[in-house]
Amino acid sequence: MYAQMVESTASDDDPEKLAAFQARIDAGEKIEPKDWMPEGYRKTLIRQIGQHAHSEIVGQLPEGNWITRAPTLERKAILLAKVQDEAGHGLYLYCAAETLGVSRDEMTEMLLEGRMKYSSIFNYPTVTWADIGAIGWLVDGAAIMNQVPLQRTSYGPYSRAMIRICKEESFHMRQGFDIMMKMANGSREQKRMAQDALNRFWYPSLMMFGPSDGDSVHSSQSMAWKIKISSNDELRQKFVDQTVPQADYLDLKIPDPELKWNQDKGGYDFSEPDWSEFHAVLKGNGPCNSDRMKARIRAWEDGRWVRDGLMAHAQKKAAGKVAAE
Amino acid sequence: MTAGGDEFEFLCRMGDNALVLGQRLSEWCGSAPALEEDIALANTALDLLGQAKMWLDLAAEVEDAGRTSDDLAMKRDVMDFRNLLLVERPNGDFGHTMTRQFLFDSWHVEMLKELADSKDARIAEISAKSAKEARYHVERSAETVIGLGDGTPESHSRMQTALNELWSYVGEMFHDDEVDMSMARSKLAPLPSNLRSGFDRRFRKVVEAATLIPPTGAYAHLGGKNGIRHTEHLGHILTQMQWLQRAYPESEW
Ligand SMILES: [Fe+2]
Ligand SMILES: [Fe+2]
Repeated sequence: MYAQMVESTASDDDPEKLAAFQARIDAGEKIEPKDWMPEGYRKTLIRQIGQHAHSEIVGQLPEGNWITRAPTLERKAILLAKVQDEAGHGLYLYCAAETLGVSRDEMTEMLLEGRMKYSSIFNYPTVTWADIGAIGWLVDGAAIMNQVPLQRTSYGPYSRAMIRICKEESFHMRQGFDIMMKMANGSREQKRMAQDALNRFWYPSLMMFGPSDGDSVHSSQSMAWKIKISSNDELRQKFVDQTVPQADYLDLKIPDPELKWNQDKGGYDFSEPDWSEFHAVLKGNGPCNSDRMKARIRAWEDGRWVRDGLMAHAQKKAAGKVAAE
Repeated sequence: MTAGGDEFEFLCRMGDNALVLGQRLSEWCGSAPALEEDIALANTALDLLGQAKMWLDLAAEVEDAGRTSDDLAMKRDVMDFRNLLLVERPNGDFGHTMTRQFLFDSWHVEMLKELADSKDARIAEISAKSAKEARYHVERSAETVIGLGDGTPESHSRMQTALNELWSYVGEMFHDDEVDMSMARSKLAPLPSNLRSGFDRRFRKVVEAATLIPPTGAYAHLGGKNGIRHTEHLGHILTQMQWLQRAYPESEW
């Protein structure tokens, strides 16, 4: 997902405190920033929310790539508003992470130094306009799958950020599906672009949920703490079951010869993505990893004089006020 | 006089300014100096794109030749664009972008304020709506120019450079030509030259607070709003903006 393979940190806190903490979570209480929390809970959350925030920001890039080329005034405005929403999501999430004692600047530095990750999906290129449709439809669609349950996460600020974010996500998915609909029902060339986009984004979208949890200790700890609500496989299955009929409606073919309805489980059987590709992307070898990082680093470095300048001005103003008093 | 008449010509000017500047600002998406700036730039770009759509819708209606606002945006070539040279200038660094924005906004608020009294109710309505947005834009761009001008020595010098470089594109905003005079005679729009004093008042205040030196050159590059001689940059903006529509002309999007 936007937070993939987040490692949980074990806690060696006082067992009594730990038990009381767990009891609060089990009772469905929200944990707030000033409350006591195990060090492991705090660290795992920082990793997860940080990764999620970075994903929103890096995620601006593949779609931003088409804003200046959007085909109509309306599409341009919709896409720009959508990508702006993602920046806003990043902002909410950084704020949520900051309540855990790590600043946005620190998290940014960690991302730029490669010490924090972002979702693998944003390392794939957007090469045609149909990719913008495919991203809204599939990538935002998958994000919704994951984020809806996270509204119930145990950490108050994270849960509230998710509630705000989810309100905007359905518009993201709809605008993507709408683009796909136009393309799939359009000219021969448009239809070809739509099918090609689905071919390229299908498996990377399935990868968004992360590999099967299996007996991962990280997942079970995170689930106990309610910072992970559903298993990766559960969410992936739900996503496939939701998406296949939509692809049928578009008259597009999902690039999986093994895909078929399984009456017994009441869901589709489908092929696993190539997990070696997933691990290669996480290691930095995806098609766009180095371009994405370069773009973020350049923005950060080129912006330094601006941040410094505005800060210096704010300090002068504050000093002027003090002097005048 | 052109085929569509002076009003069409004027509406294209308003629409193209908003469109081209909105397009320029959207180039920043994902690469601004801070998240807040990224969001604010996108906000301004969105407002401008919305305004562009309103102006070009009306232009298409006035022209009455079966074209739509999308046709005007996506299918005219450089010589038919009517935006000011200022707005097609490349973004440069963030300071350059915000200086360009401040100069444009300072003209734009004055223009829209007057246009809200246009004899053409449709113009008045679009202007009243846009004026609210423009007031917010100028507040923000002025604040940024002040903050960066009066920031560090580096930010100060970058802002002074930007101001010096853009100064020769200010004059065109206040240059009266045939179209303007005809619009003013019909009480549809103000004479651009009459907007100068309002612009100057704000400009002087902001530049002083920014500790910048106001440029004094009187030279003005012309040729954007009458379309006679755009800069080389506009063609590149159009190659991006219009590419899909040009490459797949009979398609719906
Ligand atoms: Fe988002
Ligand atoms: Fe989204």
